[in-house]
Amino acid sequence: MNDVMHSVLIVYLIKVVVLLFLVLTAVAYLVWFERKVAAHIQGRWGPYRVGPHGLLQPLADGIKFLLKEDTTPLGADRWLYFTAPLITMTLAISAIAMIPFGPAYVHILGVATPLVVANTNVGLLVIFAMTSIGVYGVALAGWSSNSKYSLLGGLRSSAQMISYELSLTLSVVGILLLTGTFNLSEIIMRQDGYTWGALPKWNLLNPTFPQILGFFCYFVAAIAETNRAPFDLAEAESEIVAGYHTEYSSFKFAMFFLGEYASMITVACLASILFLGGWLSPFPHTDAMDWTLYIPAGVLVAAGVALIIDGLGHREFYARMVLPLLGLILGALGFLCSRPGVINDIQGPFWFLTKVLLVLFVYVWVRWTLPRFRYDQLMRFGWKVLFPVALLNVVLTSLAVVMHK
Amino acid sequence: MTAQLVIFLVLAAIAVAGAVSVILQREPIHSAISLIAVMIALAGLFLLLGSEFIAAVQIIVYAGAIMVLFVFVIMLLNAGTEERTNMSRMARYAGVPLAIFFLIELAYQIGAATLSMTPQPTGEGVTHGLSMLLFQNFVFPFELTSILILIAILGALVLAQRSEGVPAKRGQE
Repeated sequence: MNDVMHSVLIVYLIKVVVLLFLVLTAVAYLVWFERKVAAHIQGRWGPYRVGPHGLLQPLADGIKFLLKEDTTPLGADRWLYFTAPLITMTLAISAIAMIPFGPAYVHILGVATPLVVANTNVGLLVIFAMTSIGVYGVALAGWSSNSKYSLLGGLRSSAQMISYELSLTLSVVGILLLTGTFNLSEIIMRQDGYTWGALPKWNLLNPTFPQILGFFCYFVAAIAETNRAPFDLAEAESEIVAGYHTEYSSFKFAMFFLGEYASMITVACLASILFLGGWLSPFPHTDAMDWTLYIPAGVLVAAGVALIIDGLGHREFYARMVLPLLGLILGALGFLCSRPGVINDIQGPFWFLTKVLLVLFVYVWVRWTLPRFRYDQLMRFGWKVLFPVALLNVVLTSLAVVMHK
Repeated sequence: MTAQLVIFLVLAAIAVAGAVSVILQREPIHSAISLIAVMIALAGLFLLLGSEFIAAVQIIVYAGAIMVLFVFVIMLLNAGTEERTNMSRMARYAGVPLAIFFLIELAYQIGAATLSMTPQPTGEGVTHGLSMLLFQNFVFPFELTSILILIAILGALVLAQRSEGVPAKRGQE
């Protein structure tokens, strides 16, 4: 008994470490992804100098963050000034522990364990609890810096986050009514099935009541909740320098940065779980649709081939070596994914990550398309448009659920 | 069992230390943060009792929503450091004996209570049972409470609203 307990604990520890590593890497490359997308939207090239296609830019940025001078403003509340970025980063990263990445079980040390660190029955509520505490990171950073720009930024963003948290939570109530559970894995499982044999029964397209309004409210409120453009009033550089993190430098600033991007990932994962069917494939599992099982392998191989062709066209010796090598690795991975033992296990994570990436792309796209709201517009929109729409969605969904019974 | 006891003792110590710190801190914002620590430690205690739902709601409602308003108002008013005063005569002759009396009373009651309660099973059942209680058995008091809260909100609005027609006094803007 004791031995089993020990190996279970060790398995959990391994899962936590792996997830932490994955999340930090994902955050670093999300920044790269955002800069690349932004650049191409504006007809630029984006990061291109550090490594081929700027792929080593996150590493260079990380070293730069570590080496900068760490300053504390005069008259700052030292203890809170130090704690605020810690709160933001810790909460943003630990929320990802609730996210299930696939239906398969992996075997570590002889213990079968699902692809989620914490599979609690109230996973959704725990994530909302984390986001609701996340406000303190921003508010306390603003207060403890002893600077008027920081204070204004902190005040603005705490008001904004309180206002939009309501719509965020309300927009999800429709999902709870339809699925009847807080457990994220179960929410995904309830979305299995196809209307008319082709249209997936994701909550966005639920036959009882499609959660289109809910998805709209969720997405808008999530952008506001993570303080991203067009709702980035907390750090509006044209008005209040950089808002709540004006006075922060070096690694403390990096923590805010990490926190912002980690919560972007959480929000995108949650969007894909709640509305887009999580790890479920968009294609029905019939014999005629069997070829869709090879899509993950095909995508990986295609990416590998593209990398090899692109890499051979580069002028620097370094890029000519590294890019084709990466391409070969991707191709080999793709081949591995088409093997009978792996092909079924890889479906879940592949579709989940594809959906998350799609949501993240829209997220970045919105940032570089829409101009920033004015503060009064932000508040009016939150309370007079988004909140009533979310409420309407709750009323309509509950009506539909009752009628359907 | 021992691991649970250790976790309980740590959480209880955090809760008590936080509660004491709420009173002793001189900066209002430090008091507010101590109170948040108490709330989170309490949520941990609920979790230890096997009630995930209550723990999550405790954090969302108290630590997340109510305390944010506290912190927000403290920041907005930029409340300064409190001054220490000696106890007023009222506190010295009426407050201290009363506090000691209630402390003894509480300790006696807790000591007398039978400590045989076991944690309820976790899972979907807890959330379901809770909603059954709230929306079936106690639906009338529940609705009454929401109306009470609504009235309180309206009252706060009326009090906070500047009466129309009366211009604001100069120098107060």
